[in-house]
Amino acid sequence: MGYPILTEIRRSRVRLKKVLDRLLPVILSIAVFLAVAILASLLLTVIISGGHRLSWNLITNYPSANPNEAGMRSAILGSIYTVGLSTLICIPISMATAIYLVEYSRGGKLSSILSYNISNLAGVPSIIFGVVGLGFLAYWLGMGRTIITGAFTLAILTLPLVTVTSVEALKAIPDDLRHGAYALGATTFQVVRYVVLPRALPMMLTGGILGISRALGEAAPILVVSGLIFIREDPTSLFSKFTVIPLQLYNWISRPQQAFIELSSAGIIILLLVLLILNGIVIGLRYFLIKRAGQL
Amino acid sequence: MMIKSYTQLLSEYLGPGKDKMSDSSEPEVVKVENLKVVYGDKVAIDGISISFKKHYITAIIGPSGCGKSTLLRSINRLNDLIPNAKVYGKVYFNGVDIYSKDVDPVFIRSRISMVFQRPNPFPFSIFDNVAFGLKVNGFKLTKDELYKKVKDALVKAALWDEVKDRLDSHAYSLSGGQQQRLCIARSLAVDPEVLLLDEPTVSLDPISTARIESLLRSIKDEYTIIIVTHNMLQAARVSDYTVVMMPDDHMVGRIIEYGATKEIFTNPRDKRTEDYISGRIG
Repeated sequence: MGYPILTEIRRSRVRLKKVLDRLLPVILSIAVFLAVAILASLLLTVIISGGHRLSWNLITNYPSANPNEAGMRSAILGSIYTVGLSTLICIPISMATAIYLVEYSRGGKLSSILSYNISNLAGVPSIIFGVVGLGFLAYWLGMGRTIITGAFTLAILTLPLVTVTSVEALKAIPDDLRHGAYALGATTFQVVRYVVLPRALPMMLTGGILGISRALGEAAPILVVSGLIFIREDPTSLFSKFTVIPLQLYNWISRPQQAFIELSSAGIIILLLVLLILNGIVIGLRYFLIKRAGQL
Repeated sequence: MMIKSYTQLLSEYLGPGKDKMSDSSEPEVVKVENLKVVYGDKVAIDGISISFKKHYITAIIGPSGCGKSTLLRSINRLNDLIPNAKVYGKVYFNGVDIYSKDVDPVFIRSRISMVFQRPNPFPFSIFDNVAFGLKVNGFKLTKDELYKKVKDALVKAALWDEVKDRLDSHAYSLSGGQQQRLCIARSLAVDPEVLLLDEPTVSLDPISTARIESLLRSIKDEYTIIIVTHNMLQAARVSDYTVVMMPDDHMVGRIIEYGATKEIFTNPRDKRTEDYISGRIG
């Protein structure tokens, strides 16, 4: 009361806080708007530039020197095969790794060393994985520059990412639940199987979605492993030669003719659609698992 | 109306429990000898020797950080799950040292079951929660036998009447107090010999607390119950024996007094016990 200066300071502080309180949401929403606007402008550009090139030809035809007939059939099949196969390889391995790290070797030295290295691997440039795929898988193991090599390369590439998310998913399950199950005489396997996994699986699949999206968009490692861009036949076995959508787009973009540039824009739309479909399948699976975990 | 003194209140709460320490001929289910538990380089409890008598309720009381829960978790080897926890000394269960190499901690935990501070029902239906222990312990039961076991456990946990029409509902649809009774039912379903409770009512309202206390009294003829509690009145109300723990100068938890609950609360031998139960410390 008797200190007018103090109350003055306090009042000005309160005013500052109030201004900040009003201002902050504005700043934050500008950031959100920027992100959305950039994405929207990209999509818009692609649609304007390539929308009129969308046709069944694009999906059903093989690549061709004539832009009106050119399609990306072999690339779409190649992408679906390699990414699908790599998901089948990657998700079980990364889940097993995460379960081992969190549930079995928790707090151990080995566990912390492994976790640290896996996080580091997630930051390695993808071209390095391509070189590993080519040198180790294709030549040293003699798997050749084939679909299976591509799938394994993509699997190795996405493993760290998916493992890290799976580890986080498992860590998010409260210890209370685990201890409750242990205290009834459950083994570690039973705790994981009945209590932890049903709840962690949906979030682990979110990691899977991230992995799929990453694998589908990768051009660099596949360029190293496959080397081929121009393929006029369907892949028939795991040991077929292959190319993928991003490589096909790269090929079209690097051509001088305007028509091929437009074609690559249309190809991007197809790539996004494939991505949406693959993710949609996993999201559907996740929804199913959440429902089942809720009831059991 | 006269305001009652704290001691008066206490003596009214004190149930028809034992007046004196009984003779040592009564069977001891759990016997702890010179137990020491270390987390990393911090000694949590040391020099703990005590035995728990069959079919009595023993309360462990003491201020926060005195190692009550650590002692409790040593009895069913739940400390094994905490990284860097080391246990020295012996814990006998029916005469068998549970820390010896050829003892499977999983088996011990199915015989010495535990209920935790916060209700932690599994994310399944009410029925599956109670059936979980039977399932993981490999009981081969027909549908009817399973139903009967689940029902028995829920009846004992005084929850049956509230859930009998909705056994398939998710456990999370229950109130906190009901969830905790579900957890007790879950533990009773595996038919343990010893029931450990780690501050089971600390997150519950007084009515739920009273329900749980009365259910504990109603099942004590079948089980040996060890309950850790912060609440001295609760210890006075439910237990036959009381263990008082207190951290020493190095914050290492030790037992300072053990005896019949009536004795401890009306005639404590240790000055610190007296201070603690009259609310001067803690």
